[in-house]
Order: sequence, then structure tokens, then C-alpha cells
Amino acid sequence: MRFTKDHEWVVLEGDTATIGITAYAAEQLGDVVFVETPEVGKTFQAGDAFAVVESVKAASDVYAPIAGEVVEANPELTEAPETVNASPESGGWFAKVRVADPAQYEGLMDRDAYEAFLATL
Amino acid sequence: MSMNTVGRPTRPEGAAGPAGFASLTGGRGLLQDEPLIFELGGWDKTGVDLPEPEADASDLAGLVREDLPLPGLSEPEAVRHYVRLSQKNHAIDLALYPLGSCTMKHNPRLNEKAARLAGFADLHPLQPASTIQGALALMDRLAHWLKTLTGMPAVALSPKAGAHGELCGLLCIKAAHEAAGQGHRRKVLVPTSAHGTNPATAAFVGYAVTEIAQTDDGRVDLADLEAKLGPDVAAIMVTNPNTCGLFERDVLEIARLTHAAGAYFYCDGANFNAIVGRVRPGDLGVDAMHINLHKTFSTPHGGGGPGAGPVVLSEALAPFAPAPWVLSAADGFQLLEEPTGDAAQAFGRLCAFHGQMGMFVRAYAYMLSHGSDGLRQVAEDAVLNANYVKARLSDVMSPAFPDGPCMHEALFDDAWLEGTGVTTLDVAKAMIDEGFHPMTMYFPLVVHGAMLIEPTETESKAELDRFCETLRALAAAARQGQAERFKGAPFLAPLRRLDETLAARRPKLAWRPEPATVAPAPSAAE
Amino acid sequence: MRYLPLTPDDRAQMLGVIGAPDIDALFADVPRAARLAGPVDLPAHAGEMEVERALSALAALNRPAGAGPFFCGAGAYRHHVPATVDHIIQRSEFLTSYTPYQPEIAQGTLQVLFEFQTQVAALTGLDVANASMYDGSTACAEAVMMAKRVTRRGKAILSGGLHPHYAAVTRTLAEAEGMQTVRQPAAVDAEAAVVDAIDDQTACVVVQTPNVFGVVTDVSRIAEAAHAKGALLIVVTTEAVAFGLLKSPGEMGADIAVAEGQSIGNALNFGGPYVGLFACREKFVRNMPGRLCGETVDADGRRGYVLTLSTREQHIRREKATSNICTNSGLCALAFSIHMSLLGGKGLGRLARVNHARARELAAAVAGAGVEVLTPRYFNEIAVRVTGSAAALVDALAADGILAGVPYSRLDPHAGLDDVLLLAATETTTSEDIAALTAALSAKAAR
Repeated sequence: MRFTKDHEWVVLEGDTATIGITAYAAEQLGDVVFVETPEVGKTFQAGDAFAVVESVKAASDVYAPIAGEVVEANPELTEAPETVNASPESGGWFAKVRVADPAQYEGLMDRDAYEAFLATL
Repeated sequence: MSMNTVGRPTRPEGAAGPAGFASLTGGRGLLQDEPLIFELGGWDKTGVDLPEPEADASDLAGLVREDLPLPGLSEPEAVRHYVRLSQKNHAIDLALYPLGSCTMKHNPRLNEKAARLAGFADLHPLQPASTIQGALALMDRLAHWLKTLTGMPAVALSPKAGAHGELCGLLCIKAAHEAAGQGHRRKVLVPTSAHGTNPATAAFVGYAVTEIAQTDDGRVDLADLEAKLGPDVAAIMVTNPNTCGLFERDVLEIARLTHAAGAYFYCDGANFNAIVGRVRPGDLGVDAMHINLHKTFSTPHGGGGPGAGPVVLSEALAPFAPAPWVLSAADGFQLLEEPTGDAAQAFGRLCAFHGQMGMFVRAYAYMLSHGSDGLRQVAEDAVLNANYVKARLSDVMSPAFPDGPCMHEALFDDAWLEGTGVTTLDVAKAMIDEGFHPMTMYFPLVVHGAMLIEPTETESKAELDRFCETLRALAAAARQGQAERFKGAPFLAPLRRLDETLAARRPKLAWRPEPATVAPAPSAAE
Repeated sequence: MRYLPLTPDDRAQMLGVIGAPDIDALFADVPRAARLAGPVDLPAHAGEMEVERALSALAALNRPAGAGPFFCGAGAYRHHVPATVDHIIQRSEFLTSYTPYQPEIAQGTLQVLFEFQTQVAALTGLDVANASMYDGSTACAEAVMMAKRVTRRGKAILSGGLHPHYAAVTRTLAEAEGMQTVRQPAAVDAEAAVVDAIDDQTACVVVQTPNVFGVVTDVSRIAEAAHAKGALLIVVTTEAVAFGLLKSPGEMGADIAVAEGQSIGNALNFGGPYVGLFACREKFVRNMPGRLCGETVDADGRRGYVLTLSTREQHIRREKATSNICTNSGLCALAFSIHMSLLGGKGLGRLARVNHARARELAAAVAGAGVEVLTPRYFNEIAVRVTGSAAALVDALAADGILAGVPYSRLDPHAGLDDVLLLAATETTTSEDIAALTAALSAKAAR
């Protein structure tokens, strides 16, 4: 699993990346009440806003950590957005993306680097 | 003697009731547990007596609806329903309502009476000019007062609320830039402490929003402003007095820098009530400012509107004001309703008719009542009351900007709650148990755990003292470790804390019949 | 001064507590050059009696609608409002409270909003309604901008029967937000003409029924055509009483319905404050502008109401908000809801039929006076063709004490419809009023 400074995570299997927000982000947002997942078929560059997550406190954009085309959005988040709080880094994934350039994955932080980054916040 | 021992006891006995007492009906004495109108029955009932229609609707065959499932109430049922509901609301008529930035002041009943005169209330917006001369005269006089009080040459009356006024101001600015070949200016600068409506409005109009930093003493950072001003900036939007309750000391320099960069100075006039009669925004270099009639000029807030947000404009922006315009001619007043003639450069139209006439009447009545001397006193008393609250609470709470006077509102942060386990939200909810409406919480965003208290000029010294004593007692309770008094509060309100997460996750925005209560559809066999 | 409780003695004591020598010290941050030494040049304060006298004098210069025969409509309608409505909205707890930010002590306002939303959803035949907008015209503009958010397309097509002021407001706001609006030429009975203009860039079509000329249209076909191209159908209604008789927008396939709610519970007020109604299909709810009230429970599990989905709003989302709107039209929505609760569905149906019957009498009478009625199917308002300028005719009849409706040219001076007059009848219109109008029209025609 790799991470961004905007608190997204990515897991790459073959050329498919699964993307979500980190446990830290879910904790900071508080109770998640709505997730707008991206449409299947849309393409994003790394850093593009690709989803919206709303908590009672705030609505935040989620940025694509890696470029690619959306192949699947997590249907569970529509009915049960609280999944993001319950299991942010597994069941609460946002979307699966067919990755354009797997090398981008290697450029992201690993867990140690992300933990170190969190310690500076 | 003949002793009559029949009668009832006249002092309380057995005062200690059962622990955790709850009524059998779910109500709390006079606070009745009131169902929704949809649960009161009356699906075939009506509380309005109407004649039989003299004609049928045969000419509308195929266009007529089959049913309209809405309940009706007889008049006594309706009166009870709404009176019972009303008793679950806090109101400025009940107690101090210190909601910072919202200016909850007394709403004189004379203004309500005036707005209901048939000559204003029963007037159609599209009657011929000859039949509405008094209405146009009132608009003209209101405009005169607003222009004189602000030192500005023009005013657009039609915006229906503060945010609508912001939109009006920015659209005037956009039109003025475009007329001057400056349409490439696409950026608006907004301080970090601004009302949320400011960036929302700027973005709405298509401008990019850039934040201006704030100094440690709660003002616009001039160096940061100067660095961000440039040939791409259309306007700055600054609230003055600002949302921290402070006057922008460097406002003349802010205006000078802004104008030197070719940009306009939009002032958010939400806090004009602090300076009305003492300071004219026109003397501060402001180009456009909306005035919330429901704040400074005391039209009632009505549970969230209607408001009114006229915008005063500088000479440079006046030609772009939206239709309609009230024009004064030798033979009386006229309404110019289209962007033609004098109004050829008007940027368009903001609402169907001429604005919030009902609010204009109330605001004008308020102005006449106070007069120029009274309005000045309004500002002075509002500022005096806020400084008094700040002075009386500074030793037990933590003022965000302790040095120097505040204007009409006193801002505290949550440093005084450190180590108590009590949050700003908890303090707010505990105030409810003490009979006060909470202050504005968590705004402005630049102060941690902000508590913004605006008492307004409406409060007597006695009511201010009662309020300050209450907050002092709450501060003492928090320090003494009585966190449970706060965490579960309110205990004595019509309801306890509500689950806003549930409401947002499973939105239930309309009443729907329970499936079980719907009569089964007649089967085809019958 | 009657509204200011502090005495000079209080003020002196309070300055002492603050530690300020005088009031000027509290204004020390104001640049010296900008401090006014004394009151501005306006009259001094006045007693209640003087103020009442001044305002009554201004009111007396106007000719109220109820003072004689009256036929104005075109977006604002004179109806009888039960006395109960105005009494209840003046209760302190409704009149002098603010937006229900603290739900524990605002359940009165919140439950009313929940009931209001349910009523508006039922009237419009849609799933959800918001807690009201400024007025019908701004609701219309907001609906068009919402269609852009839903469809991610930038063009709106406005029918030739849409109230010209609604079209102007929509153009002003939607174009400021970067949309393109295309308004079709004014036409009495051509709502369906929008169909030909729909393309794959179209976010929405906006039609009105009854339209500004009073024409009632079944918009089902327009809905189908819009949906076939991925566009939304927005249906506008300026006379809310019509919901009591006519097929609802939702029933005819509208995605968003907006309306002016003034007719129910609210006085004419010379154009404001009014109350915009806004309803849509459930799937669009998160793109809806304005405040929403929702049901929930409190810490003890008791049912209650809160403002919800507020992250869409400006005070949290700031520059990413769905709209810059901060307030709704709370007290006008309350008045609407009380009047609607008194009427019930049955009463509104009866009221609507009475309105329609009055309009039939009006239409027959003016036709009998030799005036051409242009509106083929109407609810309570008709367009007629007069000889010469309708505006001149209205001015002339006003001098005779008759408010003879609204000249269409006043709303849309460049349409070339200077001889079109809009006439409305409601339950307040009497047969004597109609007789006075037709007599005056005949007399003008004879002259």
C-alpha cells in the first residue's frame, strides 16, 4: 500500500489500482455521511479531484493519487458511507482504476514514510 | 363553630418525585409532544369555508390532477398545532440571543403594523405608476437614508438578502471591469476570516478566490494584500468591522492599495450596525457594500428569512446597478424596469419584481423612529454592550484579541477550556439549559473553538449582567470538573442533542405514510 | 429613546468597568479622518405616533388592490388569506427567532419546515423539496444552475411562455455562472417548441404552466424529448393555487419543479417578500440548492428535526458551495404552510376550482364585450388582445378606478406584443368587478 500527502492510499495489483482515503483522514473528517464516487470510464491525471467525501463537518475533494481510467466504483459507499469510518483502508475503498503508468505508484510514499509524514503534522 | 374541611392543600407536599420522572404522554407539561400535521388525520378536512365553484373544469380535460393527498385542519386545530410548535423555539423576545454576526436585536411591533397597511401590503408590483406613488416615494426615501448614512451616491434596492447583495455588488464590479476593457481581471481577494458567503459568491460569479492572510491582531495583513494585488485582481471583499469584531484600522490604506491596483473594494456590510451614524463607508474608500436590513435596521429574522440586502454603490459602479430603478421626475416617480435609457448599462435583473418591499417599510419605520441621533446611539450602545461583556468575562474566559476595544461583538477562543474536558459546543449546549441562546460557535474559522458574542444595543445592563453571571458560573463549573453538566447538555430543552450524522446519512426530508397504515389496494377480483 | 434600554448612568458605569474614559475611546480604531463628529444630516428620532402618521401618509398615496376592481396577475396574485395565518406568524417565537442552528431550541421552526417540505413535494408531485428560496424567479435560476451540476452541460433553453422577469433573472445568474441561456421568442401557446432546440449540450429546458399568458400545457411530451437527449425538464409555476387543480409537474415528468408560493398565505406586498418553492427527484438531492430540514432522533431517542446536508452550503463549503444562498424565506414559508394546513388538499382543490370558475366568467364576459381571448386553455389568467396599446388602456382605466391587469409589454417591451393584456381572476374577484371591467372596455372601444 502506498500513500499521498493528501491522505489517499493506493494498492496496485497488475495494472489495477484500488484507491481510498487513509484511516488518519477518516478519523479527521469525523462521521462520513456521503461519498460521491467517480463514474466508471472517466480518466484522471494524478492530482485531479476525482471523488468527494462529506462528513457532518465538511465536504472534501479526494485527489487521484495515480493517473488512469476508472473501472469500478465501490457501490457499498452509496448505501453505507459509514464504511469509510469503519474500515477506511479495506472495505471503504472508493474506486478501482486501470493505471496508465505503474511507475507513478513507485513514486508514492510507503507506510513508514507516510507515518513519518503524519508525525510532522 | 362549623368547620368546613373540604378544599385542596395550598402548599406543595411530597416534592421529591420519582427519579427519572417521565410523563405518560411524552410531553413535558406545557411543552406538548406535537405530532406532524400528517399524523393528525384530517385527510378530508378543510379549515377554510369556500363557495361551490360556479363552473366545472371540463375545458381542462386531461390536464387535471386526480388527487392531492394533503391533510387539512380546522381553525382551532391549526391554531393549537402552531402555538404548540412555537413554544419549542427560542426567540429574541424571550431572552438575549447573542448569535455573533447575526445581530439579533429587538423587532419593533410598530414596523409590523406599518408593513400591514393596505397601502403597502395589498399593492401589486405591476400596478400602473399612478397608483403606487406612495410606494415609490418610500423606496426613494429609504434609498436617501441608506445613501446618506453610508456616504455613497447610489443604491440598488432589489437584492433579497445579504448573499444576494454580495452577488449584486460583484456583478456590478464585473460589468464595470468589462465596460472598461478590464474583463481579464478574474481574481478576488478574501481574508481568511470572511463569511462563507464571500468566497461562495466570488466563485459563483466565476472569479478565482485567493485568501489574504490575517495579522496576529486580527486584521488584514497589508503586506500580504499588497503582494497579492495585481493586474489580474478584480476586487477585494473585506468585512468591516470584521468577523473578529474588530475595526480594520488600516482600511484607508487597504482602499488606497486596492484602487492603485485597479481593483474595486467590496465591503461586506453585515456589521454596519456597529458603525451606523458614526462612520460612513463612503469615507473609507468603499466601492460597494450590501446592507442587511434584517441586521442593522431590525427587520425580523423570521426563523431564517426573509431578509433584504440593498447594495450601496460608488459613482463608478452606479451605472451597472440591476433593474428596476426608481426615477424621480417632475410629474412623480417612475419605475425603470428594463436595461434601457438611463439604465442601459444595468447588468441585468436579480429578482422578478422590485425587492423586499415589506422589509423596506419596516426598515424605514425603524430609521424614522431612531432618527440620525438615535442610529448613532444604536452603534454606540451596541459597541458599549459588547465591550462590557468582554470586560466582564475576560478573567474567566479567553478573549481572542485581548488588546484594545472590540466593536459590536466580543470574540473568545477555547483556551480557557483547556484541561476541563469541555468543548465550545458543550458550553453552547449548557447555555441552553440556562435559558440563553448560544453564541455563534466555531466562526470565524481563524480562531480555535471560536465563541462570538454579539449582545446588540437591545440589552439592558441588567440582562447583560444576568448573562455574564451565567457564563461566569458555567466557567467555574467547567473548572471544578463538572464536565457532565456540559457533555450531556441540554437537559432542559424540548429535546436533547440531536443526531445530525443520522440525518445526513439517511436523509428523511419529507413525511411518508408508514407502509402498514396505507389501506391495501382493492383487489382486482372485487 | 424607546428601543434603547441603557440609561446615561448605566453607560457611565459600564465605561468604568471597561476602563474607557468615554465612548469615543471604543471607536479608537476608526481612522480619525473617517469619524463623524455628530449626527448625519437626517431627521432626528420620532415617537411612535409621528412615525405611524408619516407611513400612513405614504400608504394613502397608493391604490390598494382591494379598493376596487382588480385584475393584475403575471406572477403575483391577490388571494384571501385567513386571519389565523397572519396571527400565528406574528408570534414572537416564529417572528423573532433565527435560522435553526441550535435544533434543541428550534424544533418549532424545524418541524414547520419539515411539514412545508412535505407539502411542497406533494403539490409538485416530486420526491423532495427544500425549505424555500427567495422567490420563484431566483428558484428558477437556481434550478437551471443545478441542472448544470447534474448534467455537466452548460446550455439552458427557456420557453417563450416563461415569465420574462424569470427569464431575465435566470439569464443574469446562470450566465454569471458561465452558462448559456437561449430564450425562445415570446409566444402565447408554444411551450412545446423548446423540443426542437434540445441538443446534446442542453442541460435543461425550462417551461412554464400555466405560462405567462395563462396557457396550461401538458408537458409530458417535452419531458420525454428532454430525457431522450439527457437533459432535465424544469417546470415553472407562478400561481401556486393551480397545483390544486392541474396535473403536477412530477406527474408529467418534470425533474425539477419551481414555483412562486406567494399565492398561498402571503400578501402581494408590492413584489416581496415572497417564497420560492423548489422540488426535485430524490436522486438529485445532493445537488439541490438551499436549506434542507431532515428527521432524526435526539440523545434519548425522541424524534426531532435538524438542518441537514449542510455541507453543500456556503458556511462550510465556501467557494465550493452549490449556491451562495444563506437564508431561505422562513416566515413566508411558515405563512404558506399554515394556509396550506388550513386548506388541506381538499380545500386547495376547491379554491383552485373557484379560481378557475371566476376566470371562465371573466373570459366569457370580455369575449362578450368584443375582446379577443388569446389563451386557449387557462387556469385563472388569460391573455387578451386589445385595440391599440395595452399599457395606455391600463393607464386610462386606472384613472377610472379599475386596475385592468398587466400589459405584456411592461414585462417584455421588445416582443412586439404591445396590444396584449394579461387579466387574472381569483376567488376575490366579484361579478360586479367583472361587469365594471367589461363596461369600461366596451366604453373605450366605442370611443
